[in-house]
Amino acid sequence: MELGFLLGSVVKIVAVLGWLYGLLQVMAHASRWVKIAGIVIAFGIIQIAFSLRIGNQAILNDFDAGLLFQACTMAMVALGLNLIYGFNGQFSLGQWGFYGLGAYAAAYVTYKWFNDRTSSALFVLLIGVVLAGLVILGLRRFLGRYYNLPVLSAFTLYLIGSAAAAAVAVFAGNGIASIVDPLFGTKEAPGLLSSDVALQVVFLLAVICAGIFAAEVSFLFGLPVLSLGSDYFGIATLGFSIVINTLMVNSDTILPFPEMKGGRGMIGIPKLTTWFWVFAFLLLVIVIMRNVIHSSVGRAILSVREDETAAKAMGIDVAGNKLLAFVIGSLFAGLGGGIYAHYIGFLSPGTFSFLAGFNPLIVVVFGGLGSMTGTLAASFGWMFFLEGLLRVLLGQLGTEAPTWRFVLYPIALLLLMLLRPQGLLGKTEWGFLRAPQVKPRPPANPTSDARPAASIAPAAR
Amino acid sequence: MQQASAEQPIAVLSADALSVAPRQSGAGLAWIGRGFLLALAALVVFILARNLLDNPRLFAQIVISGLQLGFVYALIALGYTMVYGIVRLINFAHGDVFMVGSFVSFFAVSRFSLHTWPAVAFPGISPDLSTLIGAVSVIVLSMIVCAALAVVIERVAYKPLRNAPRITALITAIGVSFFLEFFGALNFVFSPRFIPYQRPFDVYAYWIGAQGIGMVTPQTPAPDGSITFSSIFVIIVVASILMQILLQWLVKRTKIGKAMRASAVDKPTTRLMGVNVDRVISFTFAVGAAFAGLAGVLFAIAYPSIHTQLGILPGLKAFVAAVLGGIGSIPGALVGALIMGQAEALTAGYISTPMRDAVAFTILIIVLLVRPTGIFGEPEREKA
Repeated sequence: MELGFLLGSVVKIVAVLGWLYGLLQVMAHASRWVKIAGIVIAFGIIQIAFSLRIGNQAILNDFDAGLLFQACTMAMVALGLNLIYGFNGQFSLGQWGFYGLGAYAAAYVTYKWFNDRTSSALFVLLIGVVLAGLVILGLRRFLGRYYNLPVLSAFTLYLIGSAAAAAVAVFAGNGIASIVDPLFGTKEAPGLLSSDVALQVVFLLAVICAGIFAAEVSFLFGLPVLSLGSDYFGIATLGFSIVINTLMVNSDTILPFPEMKGGRGMIGIPKLTTWFWVFAFLLLVIVIMRNVIHSSVGRAILSVREDETAAKAMGIDVAGNKLLAFVIGSLFAGLGGGIYAHYIGFLSPGTFSFLAGFNPLIVVVFGGLGSMTGTLAASFGWMFFLEGLLRVLLGQLGTEAPTWRFVLYPIALLLLMLLRPQGLLGKTEWGFLRAPQVKPRPPANPTSDARPAASIAPAAR
Repeated sequence: MQQASAEQPIAVLSADALSVAPRQSGAGLAWIGRGFLLALAALVVFILARNLLDNPRLFAQIVISGLQLGFVYALIALGYTMVYGIVRLINFAHGDVFMVGSFVSFFAVSRFSLHTWPAVAFPGISPDLSTLIGAVSVIVLSMIVCAALAVVIERVAYKPLRNAPRITALITAIGVSFFLEFFGALNFVFSPRFIPYQRPFDVYAYWIGAQGIGMVTPQTPAPDGSITFSSIFVIIVVASILMQILLQWLVKRTKIGKAMRASAVDKPTTRLMGVNVDRVISFTFAVGAAFAGLAGVLFAIAYPSIHTQLGILPGLKAFVAAVLGGIGSIPGALVGALIMGQAEALTAGYISTPMRDAVAFTILIIVLLVRPTGIFGEPEREKA
């Protein structure tokens, strides 16, 4: 029985990695229809594996499904971290904090909608996210007129603007909610908003808003902190994780969210995450990530990692690109958090403790800094191998198994750092994630150079 | 877009020129940031002043607890500041070496009763002298074990990466830190539970006030309006200051201290002068870890409950203290640590107890923005 289980686990790991390889290969195909067909088939294979049974056991049972879902969220979070750390060279330990922020924000919205039958949280978050985004973009445009602007002044202005947006959002959101809420109907006669379709839409909105919320927080936090230099940035982001975790533990006392129940953990989150949503968001993250990396923005981000001084000399806005990478990475973390919260249905601050926050870092380092394929493969391999296989193996040892796992991680990390610092996969990229082959352009029209030249002018800090 | 600009180049060019040209210096807007900080400072001063006037006795009590924390942080911060000064590495594992120090003393006292050896060996000795020698030997044992541990860590985990990117060594440091925490949490090592700590000597409380000074006992409680403090507070302050002086002497007056300072400035040149830089680095780790071991014992005596993740937050706060004082500066570590201790105690007392960990990182960010070299730091030279 044990041997069979082990063999099955290894087969599953290989199969999932093969599935990933196939998905990425087919997405690189030139024909759009082949791409779409391939994605649908990749989705379908897993969906069928959930329901297809051999004997009395599903090919992928609930435990495997859990591992798969968590591997996908881990992949999102770790891809974000790889963008920040691997591609942009900013050593961040705050990724887990943004993950938790996204998880709690999304969970709170659907919790209020599903259990308390009120849309106030949704509207407050939605309006707040949109308004704060507009304020930040507008301020950025306005402050673009100045050079040598002190970071602290810019931060103060953004902070005041975002706080004002939040205040307006709370006021307006509750106002709109009081108008809309009667549509929920009563228990006996459910209204329009009580339907399952509405719940799915709210879930989608909640996850996206949570992602953007995390991104906006990361903008406000990153603006002053990214100017500190990489070591200090690491400590400051670690501090961010710790502060976020402290706020989670005290969410019902310091923060006015009694539903989050502080350190006892938030229960009763509707479990809305299905394979469809996980797959869709993972695909979204992969596509955004790949397109960012292989664009001019991505090259600017890479150049900041290689040499800040040289990048600045080439006219690249170093501070702006650091901030951009940090914000996009946090967006991914927030999305992953929203997905995770609705899969697990229970959020406790312990999940987001800063010790667990080293997990995405370990995944990124194992997969290889600056390798998207490596991060994806490491996320899946990590979940299935360490969480699945190793947990069962170590379970034979008795109650100390979880501690042993955490003894083995750092040893593996140390050995990796000493023996293969570029990560297991180095810089290999699979299929879709490889740099696209660009056809040589026709000879440029000399007058058409005017536009790109103007847009290179340094942007706002 | 490209097409349009090709057809009407003149119009597009002028529009772009208009949108790009009027950039002004933003230096004049520095007052916004400064005003924000001043407002923040004014708020803090207001809260503190109101509470000081409200209840001066409580305020003094909080300041004393802050001093106690601050002097412990100062001992830990020394290790951070020395190591960072020489190898430019945030030694994450330092906080866990501090934890190991308290555990070593725990085992020495609870399992092996090391603190009673003078009384056993020389039955006629006076009990006070016996306690003193016993406690000192426990502390010295912890310091030696911590120093040895740090040298091993340095040799195994950091030395092979000396020429790798700095972040690689940082990840290794995190790995070592994790290893110590979770290896310690195994049952046959330290166990994952909170462990009540048996002190090698008894701690007494004293009061000081308008009526004089005296000991607090169940029969004679502290009189109204007096301030209480414990003997461990005095010991921590004295030990911390002694160690600061010792380290100043070591760095400024001895040959190895000169080698340390030279290595901090320029390692290749120091090597050319015939100094074994690797040995100097190992020595630096050992000295820093010995101070952390001392801090671990004193911390455990002051707050007698230990567990394997004890070192994380004090370690981080001590690092922030080292940065605040100016990393690489020994008096800076003391000043920074005292500020951190006060900030933590006052935040816990007057603003919000759970947020006392947050204040450390807020201070770190503000200090690095306003004065990136710290209070005593020298301006960073641009190195090739």
